[in-house]
Amino acid sequence: MNDFLAARSQMALSLGFHIVFSCIGMVMPFFMAVAHYYYLKTGKDVYKNVTKAWSKGVAIFFATGAVSGTVLSFELGLLWPTFMKHAGPIFGMPFSLEGTAFFIEAIALGFFLYGWNRFNRWFHWFTGVVVGVSGLVSGILVVAANAWMNSPAGFDYLNGEYLNIDPIKAMFNDAWFSQALHMCIAAFAATGFAVAGVHALMIVRGSHVAFHTKAFRIAAVFAAAAAILQPLSGDLSAKDVAHRQPAKLAAMEAHFHTEKGAPLIIGGIPDEKNKKVDYAVKIPGLLSFMVAEDFNAEVKGLDAIPEENHPPVAVTHYAFQVMVGLGMIMLLISVLYFIGLWKKKQWLESKWLLKLFVIATPLGFIAVEAGWTVTEVGRQPWIINGIMRTADAVTPMPGINYSFYLFSAVYISLAVIVTFMLYRQIKMVGKLYDTPSSTFLINH
Amino acid sequence: MLYVIICFLWASIWLYLLLGGADFGAGILELFTSQNNRAKTRDTMYQAIGPVWEANHMWLIIAIVILFVGFPAIYTTMSINMHIPLTVLLLGIIARGTAFAFRHYDAVVDDWQVVYNRIFTWSSLITPLFLGIIAGSTVSGTIDTQATNFLDAYVFSWLSWFSVTVGLFTVAICAFLAAIYLIGETDTEDEKRRFIQKARTANIAAVVFGAMVFIAAQVENVPLVEWIFGNAVGITAIAAASISLFLLWYWLQKGKTQILRVLAGFQVTMILITTTYKHFPNIVILKGGGYLSLMEHHGHQKTLQALGMALLLGSVFILPALFYLIYSFQKKGGAAHQGQPH
Repeated sequence: MNDFLAARSQMALSLGFHIVFSCIGMVMPFFMAVAHYYYLKTGKDVYKNVTKAWSKGVAIFFATGAVSGTVLSFELGLLWPTFMKHAGPIFGMPFSLEGTAFFIEAIALGFFLYGWNRFNRWFHWFTGVVVGVSGLVSGILVVAANAWMNSPAGFDYLNGEYLNIDPIKAMFNDAWFSQALHMCIAAFAATGFAVAGVHALMIVRGSHVAFHTKAFRIAAVFAAAAAILQPLSGDLSAKDVAHRQPAKLAAMEAHFHTEKGAPLIIGGIPDEKNKKVDYAVKIPGLLSFMVAEDFNAEVKGLDAIPEENHPPVAVTHYAFQVMVGLGMIMLLISVLYFIGLWKKKQWLESKWLLKLFVIATPLGFIAVEAGWTVTEVGRQPWIINGIMRTADAVTPMPGINYSFYLFSAVYISLAVIVTFMLYRQIKMVGKLYDTPSSTFLINH
Repeated sequence: MLYVIICFLWASIWLYLLLGGADFGAGILELFTSQNNRAKTRDTMYQAIGPVWEANHMWLIIAIVILFVGFPAIYTTMSINMHIPLTVLLLGIIARGTAFAFRHYDAVVDDWQVVYNRIFTWSSLITPLFLGIIAGSTVSGTIDTQATNFLDAYVFSWLSWFSVTVGLFTVAICAFLAAIYLIGETDTEDEKRRFIQKARTANIAAVVFGAMVFIAAQVENVPLVEWIFGNAVGITAIAAASISLFLLWYWLQKGKTQILRVLAGFQVTMILITTTYKHFPNIVILKGGGYLSLMEHHGHQKTLQALGMALLLGSVFILPALFYLIYSFQKKGGAAHQGQPH
């Protein structure tokens, strides 16, 4: 493995690992705040138990997310020093604000986790909300920094020099809003489906049904709402990418040739050599319509872009297909769930709907990883779109492959341990949280 | 605005040394506690640092963000030539942070605790050791940005007697801070005596390692003596630290918690002042006498403006909340022990 590939792999691994933990860390506090709110309003112990059980999980995820985030702030320099040397002062603004948001999150988490029976009940509840809000703000800021790499702004690039730097303009670059919106909704959908799926499994198995039903309901409502909103935000993102990064859109759609009335290509195997896609379903004119709201509009293909600036087509296309496909499945389940909530109450009792949620447990996170693959691989060969090549940014230090192996081993073991701990948390629900009072949902 | 940012950088390093240092130190003390007393020490430590430990480590992130936004050339040079110790540091941070969370939030308490504890205590030692090594390397003139072979560029940039002794000194300081802090957090006389004893040992270790730093500096031609004794500020600060050392031993006898905390914090502050004052603003000293200066190698004016505003804005939110957090969870008689999570 050469150093450049090793550096890219290590970065991809670190980001892919961190994303899961940061999504859970920023979304779970909202679930907890809802359960906690019901507890304070109704006094039912089951809600308190749900809150406490979740907060134990959050503590583990937050700690893991915090350290993997710390690692990333160093890795940017360790692996891409040339990038950071020039980009740091330009896109650093969201990072400096994120430092504050993250700090507040850590403080609020201290209050929340250790604050039971110590503070005013609503102050304690409020600290939990602060954890969620500041986590969400952190997420938006970090995505804004990534958006800058896709849509560089706030400087003039003249003869290899970065002049007239304006960090505020850089932060509010063209891509920040669509990317941040898409990521936030994705975080809610992915975490919601993962949490709902685990509780659904427990209900299907008939263990501690009262406890798991309450937990499932809260997570499922968030998940379903997010999954229904996500296609709208996806549409916004796609239009934005078509406009700003035609090469990325072309790779996502495996759209090789510039044409009017471009078809939407679903599935298929891109053949990069012969510039065609085999075995794909093609819907005529739909890509043009989705990009420009006109079935005859011209959509730039890869042939409009110099060969040396092409992103890898197959990976980007497959990842995009996976993301959209899973998004559609989650959308369908969500619609069924809402029909159940409003019209067909008997569906909520039935096993088949719960089983659908069980199957959907990992789908959201797979979609999140696929989505990041689309945006990162689709930006290649650039690290700053159109300005700096990834290959020019890599560290001069040789032997990065050893570093990659080391970090792989660490992250894989961490993933295994965290999964193992979650398994133990769930197994202990009966002992720790399903107290007799919670099976009789009567408020005295 | 540049000065505001430099103040924030210094303050975050200072607070990381004090708060993060005490936090690391608690793990180091656990490592050097006999098997019989370990469980008790662990318990006291958890009561004391559990609620604040995440916040303690945020100062490192603040310092790093200030460096890469405001002083990209300095951040980049360190990232390249300090790649190996920084990687060890990161692995230490990962291991320590996750082991801490795992051992306190694992729903089942069984043999896994032994594994978590071992990882936690050893990473508590290794992480500040490498922090110290990195800090020592930045000023020891061993970073060679022109080097072409691997060893000179990436290994001997940080592997020197001077850096290693600074690392050991840092470890001793962390253990010392933790012991002093924990004296006031125990609920039994027996344990209090144990922490007083540990504070003495750590203090002696710090003095011994400190002397070794001077010897290593002489051997490797680091002008440490001149930095510290060559100017009034350095002499005053080191004298103040030495005098407070005697006071500290006196109050250790008496076990007066708050006075001891102030004195220990004061000493560490004085040490940080003496070691950073003379070569300010040259934060990195390169091989052959070149240097990277905070006054010269900073980002553009607009970047500094924005960074400074972000830091000022942030401190308005962070500082009151942080003080309230630390205040709320200090040991106040019996009430504090309801602070068990779950």
